[in-house]
Amino acid sequence: MNKIRRIAGILWLAMGAAAGYFSITSIGLPKFNSGLAGNQSDLVFGIIMLFILTPLIVGSLLIFGYYTLSGEYDRE
Amino acid sequence: MTILCIYAVKSNCFSLKLFAMFGRSNAAIRKVIGASSVGTMIEWYDFYIFGSLAPIISMKFFPQDNPTAAFLSTLATFAAGFVVRPFGALFFGRLGDIVGRKHTFMMTLLLMGGATFLIGCVPGYETIGFMAPILVLILRLLQGLALGGEYGGAATYVAEHSPAERRGYWTSWIQTTATLGLFTSLLVIMLTKSALGEKEFSDWGWRIPFWVSILMIGISYLIRRNMKESPMFAATKAAGETVSNPLAASFGNKYNFKYVLLALLGATMGQGVIWYTGHYYAMSFLKTDCGVDALQVEKMMTWAFVFGTPFFVLFGWLSDKVGRKPIMLAGMLIAILSYFPIYQAMYGLASNTQRIEIAGKTDVQVLRKADEKNPADSVITTITHKEFTDGAVFNETQTLLKSADTTREPLPAKIKTATLLPATAFWQLVLLIFIQILFVTMVYGPIAAFLVEMFPTKIRYTSMSLPYHIGNGIFGGLMPAVATYLATTAKAGGNPDWFLQGIWYPIIIAGVCFLIGLLYIDGRDNNIDD
Repeated sequence: MNKIRRIAGILWLAMGAAAGYFSITSIGLPKFNSGLAGNQSDLVFGIIMLFILTPLIVGSLLIFGYYTLSGEYDRE
Repeated sequence: MTILCIYAVKSNCFSLKLFAMFGRSNAAIRKVIGASSVGTMIEWYDFYIFGSLAPIISMKFFPQDNPTAAFLSTLATFAAGFVVRPFGALFFGRLGDIVGRKHTFMMTLLLMGGATFLIGCVPGYETIGFMAPILVLILRLLQGLALGGEYGGAATYVAEHSPAERRGYWTSWIQTTATLGLFTSLLVIMLTKSALGEKEFSDWGWRIPFWVSILMIGISYLIRRNMKESPMFAATKAAGETVSNPLAASFGNKYNFKYVLLALLGATMGQGVIWYTGHYYAMSFLKTDCGVDALQVEKMMTWAFVFGTPFFVLFGWLSDKVGRKPIMLAGMLIAILSYFPIYQAMYGLASNTQRIEIAGKTDVQVLRKADEKNPADSVITTITHKEFTDGAVFNETQTLLKSADTTREPLPAKIKTATLLPATAFWQLVLLIFIQILFVTMVYGPIAAFLVEMFPTKIRYTSMSLPYHIGNGIFGGLMPAVATYLATTAKAGGNPDWFLQGIWYPIIIAGVCFLIGLLYIDGRDNNIDD
C-alpha cells in the first residue's frame, strides 16, 4: 500500500501542474482581461483566481505530491 | 484541579487525565456545548446576514453606476468571505494557543458583534458619500477576521471538554451552527420584511437584522463569560508546555505541516465545496438558472435546513462508533455520484422548458408614466403573466426608460422574471435540496472531531483553523462564483446541458479530496491527549 501511496505522488504533481494551467488559461486570465476592459466584478474574481486560488491549489498539490513521493505519508 | 491536571500531564497517567479532564457531569458538558454553539451560531448569523442582504447593501452603499463603488462592493463580498478568513484563523489561532481558547473566542465574539452592529449604523452613500462603502468594507473585513478565529476556538474548546468516545457527538453540535446561522439570518429577514412591508424594509428596516446581532452577542457574552478555560489547555499551560510561536510550530515544522496539508487536501477542501453546493449553489441555481421566485426558493431552503440539521448530530454520533473517515468519505463519494442526476431533476422541475402553457391565460400589460427624476422622459413597464397546465405561474416585468432626447443612446431594458411553482414541484425540490444537505451533514458533522484529533494541544487552535478556513472559505466560498462562470460560459457556447456544467467544480475538487483521503488518512488515532 505504501508503494501505491508513493506512486500516486506523481499523479498529485501532474494534477497540480494541470490545475495551474487550466485555472490560469480558462478562468483566471479571461476574467482578469474582462475586468481590465471595465467589468469590475470580473476584475476582483480574476485577481482572486490568479493570485489566491491558483497558487493555493498548485502549491499545495505540488508540495503534497513531493511529500508523498518521498514517503512522508508511509505507514508502518 | 489545576495541580491534578499538571500531575496528570507530567505523569502521563491515563486515568488521572480522564478524571482531570472529564471529572464533570454531563450537565456541565452540555453547558459548555450550549454556550459555545450559541456564540458560534450567532457569528455565522452575523456573517451570513451581509450575504443575504447583499442586494440592498449594494443599493445603499455601493451605487452600481459608479465603477469604484461597484469594485468595492465585489471586494466586500469576496475578500471578507474568502480571503480574510484564513488570516483570522492565523491571527486568532496563534492567540488561542498562547493565551487560551476561552479568551480568544470571547474576543472574536465581540469583534463580530461590534462590526455587525456598526454595519447597521453606517449612513448610506447618499448621506456621507465614499466614506459609506469604505466603512462597510472595513467592517466586513473585520467580520471575516472574527469568523476565521471563532470556529477553531469553539471546536477545540468543546472537543477538549468531551470524552474520547463521545467527541464526535458533542462537537457535532458546533457543526450545526453554520447551517443554523444561515437559517436564522433568512428567518430574521423574512420576519422583519413581513412586519414592516417591502418598502419600509428597503428604506430602513434592513438595518434591524444587523442591530439584532448586538442583543444576541450580549446574551452570548454573558453566557460565555462565566465559562472556564479548556481543562486540557489549562493543564498544558500550567505545565509550561505551550509554545511561544504556534505559527512556526504549525507550519514551519515539516512533521506537523504534512498533516495540515492532509487536512486541507484530504478533508476540508471536499467538505467546503459540498457545503457550498448544498447551501448556496442550490439556491442560486434555482433563482438564476431556473428563474424561480426568490422568496419561494428561500422557503425551500428553510425547509431543507429544518429537516437536514438534526443529521449533523446523527453523523457526529455515528462517527464515534464507526470512525470519522468512513462517514466523511462516503458522504463525498455519494455526493460526487449524485450531483448530476440531482441537478438534472432540479432543472426539470424548476425551469419552464418542459411546461405546457395555457394559451388563454397569457396576459400582457403595458404601462407608461413620466420618469420621477426627469419628467420629460417616460418609463414604459411591460408586465407579462403566463400560466401553465401544472399550476406554475410565470411573471415578467420589463422596464424601459424612453428618453425625450432622441439623440441619447437608449438604456437597456431592466428585466425581472420569476416563476411561482406549484406545491408538488415545491416539495419535490425541497427533497432534492434536503438530499444535498444530507451530504453536507455526512462530510461536515464529524469534521470538527477529525481536525481536533489530528493536532496536539499546544498548536491545535492554529493548526486546525487554517486548513478549515482555506478549505471552507476559499475552495468552498468560491464554489458559487466558479460554478456560475462555468455554466454561463457553456450557455454562451451553445451547450444544451449548460446548466449542469457548474457542477464539475465540486465534483472535481471533492473527487481529488476523496482519493487523497482514502489513500492517506489513517483515521484510527482519536487520541487528543498529546
